[in-house]
Amino acid sequence: MQQTLENFLRALRAMDVRVSPAEAIDAHCTVDSVGYSDRTLLKDSLCIALAKSEEEVERFDECFDIFFTRDEFRDREEEDESEGLSDAENEMLGEQPLAEMLLGGSETEMAQAMEQAANEAGVANIRFSTQRGLFTRRILDRMGLRDLERLIASLNRQEGDEAAADMAGRLEQGRGYLFEEVRQYIDRQFDLYARNAGEELREEFLAKTNLSSIERRDFDRMHRIVRRMAKKLATRYARRRKHTKRGVLDVRRTLRKSMPHGGIPFETVWKQTKIERPRIVVIVDVSQSVAAAARFLLLFLYSLHEVIATLRAFAFSSHLIEVSDILKERDVEEAIPEILEKIGFRSTDYGRALEDFEDLHMDALDRHTTVIILGDGRSNDTDPRMDLMRQIHDRAKSVIWLNPEPEPFWGTGDSEMHRYRTFCHVAKTCSTVQDLERVVDDVMKTYFRV
Amino acid sequence: MNDIVSQDTLDKKLASVESITEGLGSIGYIASRRIATAIFVAENLSKPILVEGSAGVGKTELALSTAQWLGLPLIRMQCYEGLDESKALYEWKYGKQLLYTQILKDKMGDTLSDTKGLDEAMQRLHGFGDLFFSEQFLEPRPLLKALRQKHGAVLLIDEVDKSDEEFEAFLLEILSAFQVTIPEIGTIEASVPPLVFLTSNNMREMGDALKRRCLHLFIPLPDAKLEQRIVASRVPEIEERLRRQLVAFVQMLREEDLKKLPSISETIDWARVLLLLHADSLDADLVRDTLNVLLKFEQDIAAVERSVAELTRKAKQA
Repeated sequence: MQQTLENFLRALRAMDVRVSPAEAIDAHCTVDSVGYSDRTLLKDSLCIALAKSEEEVERFDECFDIFFTRDEFRDREEEDESEGLSDAENEMLGEQPLAEMLLGGSETEMAQAMEQAANEAGVANIRFSTQRGLFTRRILDRMGLRDLERLIASLNRQEGDEAAADMAGRLEQGRGYLFEEVRQYIDRQFDLYARNAGEELREEFLAKTNLSSIERRDFDRMHRIVRRMAKKLATRYARRRKHTKRGVLDVRRTLRKSMPHGGIPFETVWKQTKIERPRIVVIVDVSQSVAAAARFLLLFLYSLHEVIATLRAFAFSSHLIEVSDILKERDVEEAIPEILEKIGFRSTDYGRALEDFEDLHMDALDRHTTVIILGDGRSNDTDPRMDLMRQIHDRAKSVIWLNPEPEPFWGTGDSEMHRYRTFCHVAKTCSTVQDLERVVDDVMKTYFRV
Repeated sequence: MNDIVSQDTLDKKLASVESITEGLGSIGYIASRRIATAIFVAENLSKPILVEGSAGVGKTELALSTAQWLGLPLIRMQCYEGLDESKALYEWKYGKQLLYTQILKDKMGDTLSDTKGLDEAMQRLHGFGDLFFSEQFLEPRPLLKALRQKHGAVLLIDEVDKSDEEFEAFLLEILSAFQVTIPEIGTIEASVPPLVFLTSNNMREMGDALKRRCLHLFIPLPDAKLEQRIVASRVPEIEERLRRQLVAFVQMLREEDLKKLPSISETIDWARVLLLLHADSLDADLVRDTLNVLLKFEQDIAAVERSVAELTRKAKQA
């Protein structure tokens, strides 16, 4: 049974339930104390020992159900009903366990033989759907397919012998049945051990794909990726708000604390720096060329709400509006189309947008605020209003410009990027989700310097 | 509650999942199978349980009830931002230490008066035990107290997600080995490992190291059947018809799009309120008047108020 539990843990890992070696030991101890006899008890106690979050509990339950309903665990009550083989037939088959099993054995026996062959073939290592054929072949080989085929061929050669021909027919039928069984078995194993492997590969690929070329059908997956990245950042930064500067004594407070002890400084107080939470203003261009990037940047920032003190979002194409409320009330996924409908898809005018921003929000910028601007800086030859850009630069803690275009394109055609760049603390190309993560991480770092 | 509980009775009580369910039931905590299994496994593996779930599903109550049922002392530690080891583990009794040094100073002259030279005085000084940092001057805080209970205890570390990251790291030693290290004294081990519950509201994700050392129990909102049993056990005076209706109503509320869904504690509170108002069945006005017991946000109340009549009607049919 040890092997079974090991395989189960492996299946769990494939389902993205993290099982460390220490937890594996726990699982073994748990099984030792509860045993295999009571299925619900086994499931509940393993779940409690292994699954460490609500989502993991769900995945655990699913995995447990798939895993322990495999053939080898199905009730073995239906015993063999076929009548067995006659001596003559046995002689014809010779020493061929597989052939005997196909003709006379019970399903359980077959399933057992298959499980064993599968274990030997290392089926738990299956990762890609293209490996299915390979593993099917390996299992069949281990079960003795070659001998069977040779037997069928030799039976077919005995021309005129009706019994032999009949036997060959039955064996061929049995072989077809065996193929089918093994194929199904492999499919189930693939589901169990490898379903998430493909998904992981896909996600890794998406994280590096250019945002504007991501297709609509992948949006859901992208949202998941972004949320997960944001969560990682959030947990990292949500933790430390107060930081003790060891080594710098707070003399005043130490003296005060020593009063009750007759002036003897039992308790020392060290100077602390309070860490402020970021205040962020995002200004995003939602014209066609940048919309996809804008969507994911907004999603990213809104998923970070727990570590950001205030987040104001403004969107523009020709003119600029505040979109914080829309984003707060609705999921970002729903909100984006609405914003696009309101102002999107008109020719961009950066100068006009900056003017609107001055009216709406310029006063609220202070030295604690980071301004993130996302846009390609292509202003259709209108006045770029550098003076306003300078004002933003002077008032804010830092100004970060993210441009979906690669750097060599900056300043070509109607792009004012090089001029805007002068007034940015950071100007970066940002075309994939990974870029986004890096940028947001950098912004956070400037606040949570530890 | 401080009666000495022998290990045998404890073992008997914790012998199987069924006996745990039954035992908790006998003092009014209706435990689902998973909950009972968690306690069973925790006892068998000597591991703490990290209990998660939304507010009011009975996380803290589980620890309280377990302690009451097992007859073990409950030691509770409420976590908050800024909690440190001097409040959680131990503190030196500064006042006493100070007095001790005073006495020492007075006695010192007498004791050392007949010695010749500094070396001999130092020699004699070394002869005395160093009492300054000793257990006599140790003020145990909850964690240390739990370890020093001779017959075991239930330790509840409440809302561990509110504590700082440093504190979480510092809990690790206690949770994995049931021991604490005090630099001046050494390592103190638990004579009987306490049964530890940690509760978390998911304010923040707990670290992997902590999670790894704990069993994980997630308590979901209960289904109608379980909730009826819980209400019946907590508010036994309430009539069955009303109980069925109010549970059905709450269950329907949980389907709504609300900021804070009512959990079990709200249901129980509501049942008590209805009892107090001598209601024998739900009606729309009554529900409207008492809605603030169930819902804690202005927007939620406003959102539900519109459909109260409809929901009440449906609940009465249930």
